[in-house]
Amino acid sequence: MIRAWIAQHAFVLLLTLKRLISTPMTSLLSIIVMGIALSLPTGVYILMKNIESATGQAINLPQMSLFLKHNPTPQDLSGIRQRLEEEPHIIRFQFVSKEAALFQLQQNNGLPEITAHLSQNPLPDAFILHTQANSSESLEQLRQAMQEWPEVEQVQFDSVWIERLNELLKLGRFIVLMLAILLSSAIIAIMFNTIRLQILTQQDEIEISKLIGATDSFIRRPFLYFGALQGFVSGVAAWIFIAFFIERLNEELIGLARLYQTDIHLQYLSIDDSLSLLFFSAWLGWLGARLSVANHLWKIEPR
Amino acid sequence: MIIFKNVSKRYADGFVALNNIDLAVEAGEMIFLTGHSGAGKSTLLKLIAAIERPTSGTITISGQNIAQLKLSAIPFLRRKIGFIFQDHKLLFDRNVFDNVSLPLQISNFDNKTSASRVRAALDKVGLLKKEKAMPITLSGGEQQRLCIARAIVHRPNILIADEPTGNLDVEYAREIMALFNSFNQVGVTIMISTHDGSLLEDTQHRILVLNQGKLAA
Repeated sequence: MIRAWIAQHAFVLLLTLKRLISTPMTSLLSIIVMGIALSLPTGVYILMKNIESATGQAINLPQMSLFLKHNPTPQDLSGIRQRLEEEPHIIRFQFVSKEAALFQLQQNNGLPEITAHLSQNPLPDAFILHTQANSSESLEQLRQAMQEWPEVEQVQFDSVWIERLNELLKLGRFIVLMLAILLSSAIIAIMFNTIRLQILTQQDEIEISKLIGATDSFIRRPFLYFGALQGFVSGVAAWIFIAFFIERLNEELIGLARLYQTDIHLQYLSIDDSLSLLFFSAWLGWLGARLSVANHLWKIEPR
Repeated sequence: MIIFKNVSKRYADGFVALNNIDLAVEAGEMIFLTGHSGAGKSTLLKLIAAIERPTSGTITISGQNIAQLKLSAIPFLRRKIGFIFQDHKLLFDRNVFDNVSLPLQISNFDNKTSASRVRAALDKVGLLKKEKAMPITLSGGEQQRLCIARAIVHRPNILIADEPTGNLDVEYAREIMALFNSFNQVGVTIMISTHDGSLLEDTQHRILVLNQGKLAA
């Protein structure tokens, strides 16, 4: 009985593949449309994920800059180090001498001409602090406390842009969610209609099968397989679209990266994300098919 | 085996197809149902396989009340019945063999058992040599016999035939009747509807007459 059941499913899967291939143009067009619908939210999602990972550390650990008064003595510096180490909200810190800061400025921002004309280094010595706290108030208290230290010229939050970025990312996530909901509905609708047309061409088979004792699940099976299979293939199409898009974008970014003298490139979909995409797209196809068949079966029930 | 009690069927448009039917069919009995077209013969037969549901009354088959049967239980009722439809309901996109194997596919038979049963059924109705033929190429009599093969392939206890000799020559009709008699001899309960009086002239079996939805005594 179990072997017969497996044979049944294998038979249906084969039948479904044949059906998908027997109408190549229709299948291809549906798959492209569904693939595009899937690739939009997934594409925005992967862009967001890239932005988040590029700025990830900054977001998790708000930064502060501690600018020192001119020409601190080594005793001043070690005193500051000791106090920073005792501070629980500071996870790690890093000393940036004014020479290092000037060098970085020359390197990074492509301003060697301007810095070359400076008779002396105008930059202060500084500490970059990576902090962690539950609330922004406790960080604000920390900032005010450090502002009182005699060696300190100014303490500055670097977190304003982080908060802005955070808000933007939140907005981005919201857009991804909305796109995902809208376009998932679109995929379900496309699948619903595809299956509805298939049912129309197989109305006799369905009716007769039901009359001679087919269960609803027997009748649903080939359509559910078809929906899941087409959904899965659309997921693969979406994956390819996104990979292609990222590759093109990375080529464009090479020029930009050269200008900034850094390495900018986007990550492809991770294995987890790829599997989620394929599983979810197969599920959407299955759901659209299921709704479509249920709708038809309900109409032909005896009354 | 099949018991109707106060069964009525009224359609949505108000037409009363069956009016207070009381009827008992014994196991192993062969019974004819006759009457004018529109008298309710088809409706009565369809109620047995839950293809139509009664408006009121109870129908019991082997002690099971069909009128109250849940939708999900209906397929399993139909698998116990062989139904020969008035309009054949053959699938014209597949050959004779595949048409007959459909009931077995539905009941999850494995391919080997299925094939031998299909051939046995085709042999019984004399279509064994035509298993690869498409139904459209068969004569009217052959199509009818194909329907019978499909109805008996899963070896049901009950066989229901709605106008099985409807548009066949007398010769063919007698062949079909002989087939039904042979099934009845091995214990199958059979109900056959017909408006063709000539078939009933020399029968030993019970004949029920339906008139405007009522059973005449």
